[in-house]
Amino acid sequence: MSANLSAILYLVSGVLFILALRGLSSPETSRQGNLFGIIGMVIAVTVTFLSVGNFSSGFVYVLIFLAIGGSIGAFIAYRIPMTAMPELVAGFHSLVGLAAVFVAISAFINPSAFNLGTPGNIKLASLIEMAIGAAVGAITFSGSVIAFLKLQGIMSGAPITFKGQHLLNALLLILIVILTIYLCSKQSSNLFWIIIAISFLIGFLIIIPIGGADMPVVISMLNSYSGWAAAGIGFTLENTALIITGALVGSSGAILSYIMCKGMNRSFFNVILGGFGATDQTSGSQSKEQKPVKSGNADDAAFLMKNASSVIIVPGYGMAVAQAQHALREMVDTLKKNDIKVSYAIHPVAGRMPGHMNVLLAEANVPYDEVFELEEINNDFANADVAFVIGANDVTNPVAKTDPQSPIYGMPVLDVEKCKSVLFVKRSLSPGYAGIDNDLFYKENTLMLFADAKKMTEDITKNL
Amino acid sequence: MEIDPFIFRLSIFILSIFVGYYVVWSVTPSLHTPLMSVTNAISSVIIVGAIIAALSGSDGVVFSSSSIYGFLAIILAAVNIFGGFLVTQRMLAMYKKKKKDK
Repeated sequence: MSANLSAILYLVSGVLFILALRGLSSPETSRQGNLFGIIGMVIAVTVTFLSVGNFSSGFVYVLIFLAIGGSIGAFIAYRIPMTAMPELVAGFHSLVGLAAVFVAISAFINPSAFNLGTPGNIKLASLIEMAIGAAVGAITFSGSVIAFLKLQGIMSGAPITFKGQHLLNALLLILIVILTIYLCSKQSSNLFWIIIAISFLIGFLIIIPIGGADMPVVISMLNSYSGWAAAGIGFTLENTALIITGALVGSSGAILSYIMCKGMNRSFFNVILGGFGATDQTSGSQSKEQKPVKSGNADDAAFLMKNASSVIIVPGYGMAVAQAQHALREMVDTLKKNDIKVSYAIHPVAGRMPGHMNVLLAEANVPYDEVFELEEINNDFANADVAFVIGANDVTNPVAKTDPQSPIYGMPVLDVEKCKSVLFVKRSLSPGYAGIDNDLFYKENTLMLFADAKKMTEDITKNL
Repeated sequence: MEIDPFIFRLSIFILSIFVGYYVVWSVTPSLHTPLMSVTNAISSVIIVGAIIAALSGSDGVVFSSSSIYGFLAIILAAVNIFGGFLVTQRMLAMYKKKKKDK
């Protein structure tokens, strides 16, 4: 196949990838978008086979390895529970990162296969692109592995911090730049290996200080990195499909990180530097310990809801942990039978990844037009009778609006306290991730329901 | 003086960043999780590089020091491609509108 034809076809697959993302602007067009993405991928792979034009025994092995990887991927995709999506995405990011590293290594060892020169005499630009692709890929890999371990609970979600951490990271980054410059003049493979090793270390070091609830930002950020790594390799291989895709994914992840940071009213650097919630909560939480709390049982909750005409449900990470989405849906069905209007309010950072709650509700067959974003629904709390907070905490804390001393001051929160009554399902009074007390617990109109989210929801349904 | 082809690739790259910027802002927030899984799948187009690397061995030698990395990368990218697209499909199939008759 001629180089020009294959370049055009790579461009076609890049355009199809753009359409795949474009499809996600609404659920109706999204399935078609996904199909475009699949077609784009098939084109890219086919064109590569045809342009390499080497159908010897190696080709058979390529197909075999493709089939092995494909079946593993398909198996995971069908078996994974929806509550585990954050882990899955983190795991997948690590694979993209590692694949980028491997391709870069291969290109470094055998540059002539990629038209980049000969070993020890690689084109300067290619060498730089290779080093960048490999370094970003390695950071993506080890960072995603740590994110995966934290999400999976294998590693504690608590931030791990030590003195001089940021200084160390900064020094390592500078070291990589210096080594890359050396690599360009010396072309030594040892330098290349060292760059990769240090990058693995950096990925590890930048994710360990970041706490569990900041994971939405981390996952989006790693999503972005995996894109930049792909783009770096795209430049090395002079491949348009890779460059376009890398840029798309890179900016997509960056935008998601931005949205998540805004949802927490924190700057990107504040999240990345980490350690949030681990120290310095001084804002007078001791004085609040003695405040009275009203607690109730499923019967009280059912009574309140039965007499309501509209209910707003506020789900959070706790719902995902308790796998309560199906029980919740059954409760809502019962409410609807009693002619009670029910809607769902989703905070941008609820859960462990962007859109986490939406997927879980969709899994439980909640129609997506009953689910609203913060800005869409926040004014409705004042007119609603009952707010049912299930597994959310910090995102409902009115302190964010009232107390400038609070670490979450300025964060957009759901105005749950404006409801006539608030039902708060929680296992204990313990503070949420931000380590601060939620004033909502002590409000006159709040009824605390101390129980496992799933069990409590089921009990309420029985009492309705 | 001729323009280095690198400049053309850089132009594509920069313009794609802008395309990505506007396209992603138009993605509805409720589909942010599928967005992540699908971007993950498409970034595995890096398999293109993996295939070239895997087929780089000279005649008769399938597994050379450089092609082995290619084969490993093929497995990783294939897991992502199939896993990413299928899990996205699975998620998107769950998003339903309210039934009118109820």
